[in-house]
Amino acid sequence: MAAVAKRPALPAILLANDLLDGDVVFASAAGETLAWTRDPALALVADDDTGAERLEAFAVSEFAAQRVVDAYLVDVETSTGRPVPRHYRERMKTLGPSNRRDLGKQAGEGIAPSGQRA
Amino acid sequence: MLLDRNGPASDSWTHSDGAAIGNIPLALVPWEALPEALANRVPGQQIGVVVPGSLAIAEIEALLPELALIAIGFPAYSDGRGFSLARRLRRAGFTGRLRASGPLIVDQFAYALFCGFDEIALPASSAGRQPAEQWQRALSHVGARYQRGYGDGGNILDQRRAKRLAQAAG
Amino acid sequence: MYRYDEFDERFVRERVEQFSDQVARRLDGSLTEDEFKPLRLKNGVYLQLHAYMLRIAIPYGTLSSRQLRQLALIGERYDRGYGHFTTRTNLQFNWPKLRDVPEILGLLADVEMHCIQTSGNCIRNVTADHFAGIARDEIEDPRPTAELIRQWSSQHPEFSYLPRKFKIAVTGAEQDRAVIKAHDIGLRIRRHPDTHETCYEVSVGGGLGRTPMIGKVVRDYLPKADLLAYLEAIMRVYNLEGRRDNKYKARVKILVHETGLEEFTRRVEAEFAELDGPSINADPAEVSRIAAYFAPPTYRALPERSTALETARAGNPDFDRWVEVNTTAHKQPGYAAITISLKPVGEAPGDATSEQMRLVADLAEEFSFSEIRVTHAQNLVLPHVKLSDLFAIWRRLGEAGLSSANIGLITDIIACPGLDYCALATARSIPIAQAIARRFAEDTRQKEIGELNIKISGCINACGHHHVGHIGILGLEKRGIESYQITLGGDATQDAAIGEILVPGLAAEEVPDAIERIVAVYLEQRQAGESFIENVRRLGLAPFKAAFLELDRAA
Repeated sequence: MAAVAKRPALPAILLANDLLDGDVVFASAAGETLAWTRDPALALVADDDTGAERLEAFAVSEFAAQRVVDAYLVDVETSTGRPVPRHYRERMKTLGPSNRRDLGKQAGEGIAPSGQRA
Repeated sequence: MLLDRNGPASDSWTHSDGAAIGNIPLALVPWEALPEALANRVPGQQIGVVVPGSLAIAEIEALLPELALIAIGFPAYSDGRGFSLARRLRRAGFTGRLRASGPLIVDQFAYALFCGFDEIALPASSAGRQPAEQWQRALSHVGARYQRGYGDGGNILDQRRAKRLAQAAG
Repeated sequence: MYRYDEFDERFVRERVEQFSDQVARRLDGSLTEDEFKPLRLKNGVYLQLHAYMLRIAIPYGTLSSRQLRQLALIGERYDRGYGHFTTRTNLQFNWPKLRDVPEILGLLADVEMHCIQTSGNCIRNVTADHFAGIARDEIEDPRPTAELIRQWSSQHPEFSYLPRKFKIAVTGAEQDRAVIKAHDIGLRIRRHPDTHETCYEVSVGGGLGRTPMIGKVVRDYLPKADLLAYLEAIMRVYNLEGRRDNKYKARVKILVHETGLEEFTRRVEAEFAELDGPSINADPAEVSRIAAYFAPPTYRALPERSTALETARAGNPDFDRWVEVNTTAHKQPGYAAITISLKPVGEAPGDATSEQMRLVADLAEEFSFSEIRVTHAQNLVLPHVKLSDLFAIWRRLGEAGLSSANIGLITDIIACPGLDYCALATARSIPIAQAIARRFAEDTRQKEIGELNIKISGCINACGHHHVGHIGILGLEKRGIESYQITLGGDATQDAAIGEILVPGLAAEEVPDAIERIVAVYLEQRQAGESFIENVRRLGLAPFKAAFLELDRAA
C-alpha cells in the first residue's frame, strides 16, 4: 500500500490517523518542519505542487516511522479563513459524528482552546 | 530464509528453471518442467517440484511417489489456498517434504505446520523484517486448537475426551 | 449458557498474548501495515473515520449479566460510555485506542469473551435465533450447534485466509429469525420425515452486499453427527476455488452462482466423501457436554396466565401496549421473553449507554436467570421473565428510556453506523433512521401501520441488511452529495426475498416523505388483516411506483 493516494486538486491539507490512538491528525507547520496536530484549523494548506510534495513526503516518512496510518491529501476550501474539506466524508473527519455533537473534534476533543493555540 | 519447526534450516535443494537438471542431487523444478525432469532423472537423484496453490490434486496425484519435496507457492500471505492444497496432498498419501514458499507471516507458522507443511521458504524481503526468533515465539502463542485432524495430538476435543475417560476410569 | 472450561480459557488468553505481540511487532516495524491490518481485523480492530473501532463477539447473541456489566465498564473506562449493537449481534465501541486494546481483550477474557474473528476473511461470529430455547415453534435449540461451530471455526489452521469473509447462522425453529438465507452457510434444524431424527438443512451462498443472493440448499438432511466434516468439505471447496482475483466476487455466493448449484454440491459431496468423519467430527460426549450448558433454567411451575399482569395491563394502556408489542410467548407457561427496544425515537439504532447496559444486566439478574440475548435487529432480549414481573421491569426500563413499544414496527429500524463513524460508508444512516422514527413516532400511527421493517445501510456492503428490509434504504454518493436509494419487498424470514429498487436517488431530507408515500399506498390498498409485506407481495411494485410518478408530475 502506498502511503499517499493520488493527489487531489489544490489547495489541500494532509490528514491521517495516529497509529496508537487512532485520532484524526493533520500536518501543520512547526517552524521549518512539519508536525501533527489534532486541530483541523491548524492544518497546513498546500496551495501549489511544492507544498503538496512537502506534505506527501511527510506522509511517507511518518507512515514509515510507524507514527500514522491512512495518510492522504484532502482538497479544501479556504474562504472562511480555515481549511474546510470539500468532500462531506472528509468534513466528517474534521468534525465527528453528526448525531453526537458532544463528541469528536466538533466538541473540541484533543483541541486546545483557541486562546492557547500555538 | 528457510525455517522448520526447530528454527532456521539450510536449504539443500537447488532450483532449476527448467528440466535440465543434470546430476544435481536434489533438484527443485517448476511444475511445467516436472514430466521432463522426471524423465531426465538419473539414479539416486531426488526431484522436488514448485506448484501453485491453484493446482488441482488430480493433476499431481499419480506423481506423488516420485517426489521428495513439494513446494507450494503462496503469491501473498493472504492467499490461503496453499493450506488446503497441503491438506489434500497429505490425504493423498504424500510423505515427502512439504514446503510453503512465499511471503508468509509469522502468525501463519503454526497453521502451516498443522496443515501438513514441514518448512517455510521466505523471500528476503519478509525474512529481513521477521527474524527466526519471531517465528519461534509465534509458535509459543498457539497451543491447543479446536480442530481435530490437524497436526499431531494437541487438539482440545481429544484432550477433553481423554480427560473424560480418565475421570470415568478414576 | 455455555461456560469456558480450562481449554477455552487458555485458548482465549493465548489470543490476548498473541495480539499484544502483534501490536508490538507492528510498532517496531516487523510487520508492515498491510500485514498487520488483517491481524488486527481478526481481533476486531478496525480503523474508522474518527478513531479505531473494536468489535466484540457476542456468540449467537447470548450474554450473561456479568458479561454485560463488563462491557459497560469497558465502555466507560476505554470509550465514551456507550456501545453499538450490530446486525451480527456483536458490540462495537467507537473510540478505543490501539494501545488499550490488549488490556481490553484481557478484561473480556476475564468474563469469557473475545473479539476473535469479528472481522477479516475468516469465519465470523456465528449467529442464531435470538429466541433459541424459548420459542414455541422450536424443533431443537440451535445454540449447542452454534457453540460447536464457534469453537471449530476459531483460529482454524486451514480456513483463516479465505477469499473473503464467511458468515454462518443457525436456527432450530420453523420461523426463521436468524436470516439464515442471507448467510454464506445457513443451517436449519429439522426432522427427517422417515427417521424423525433431527438433521440439518444446509444452505450455501446467501449473502447481501454488492450482489445480494438467497442461499441455496445443498443438503436437505445432514445427520447432526456429520456437521463438522461437512462444514470442512464446504470450506475446503470454497478456500480452493473461491475467486481471489476480485474482492467483489470472492464470496461463496459467487462461486455457487458461477459453478452452478448442482456442480458446487457435487464438489462438496465429493470432498465430504473423501473425509474420515469420525476423525473430524465432535464425538457424541462432546456434543452432549456442550448441549448440557443450554439446558432450560429451573423455571417455577406457574399458571399459563397471570392475574397480576392482567390487572396491570387493564390499568395502564402504555404498559398494555408494550406487553402486546415487546413480549413473545414462551415455551414455559407463566413466562415470556421481553424484547427491549434499543430504538427509542430520536436515538441511534442499537446504541446503548453503559448505564443502560448495567440496568439490563441488573434486570436480567433479578428476573431472567442472568441471561440476555442480542437480536440481529439490534435489540436486547430478557429471555425468561415471569409474567407477574413484567410490570416492574417495564417501569424500570422506562426510567432509563428503554420502554419503547415498537418491536417489529416502523420505528424499529435497523441501521448500520454509516458515515457518522464508518470509514467504508458512502452516506450517513443514523440521521435517516432518526428522521423516519421522529416522523412516525406517534404510537397510534405505528400501531395502525403494523409490522414494517425498515433497514438502512450506509454503503453497498449492506451491514444494515437493506436488501431484506420490507423497505430498504441504501445510502450512496452521487455527484458529491449523499443520496438514498429505496427498495421495496425484501424479506428476512423463511420467505427470504431481495427487495427491488423503487426510487433510485433521494436527498436525505426527502426520505421521510418517501416513506410516508409508500405507507399511504399500503394503508389505502390493504385488505383486512394484510400486513405491509403481504400487501407488497400481492400488489407488486406498480402502485408504489405510481405514487412517486404522480408526485413527479405534480412537481
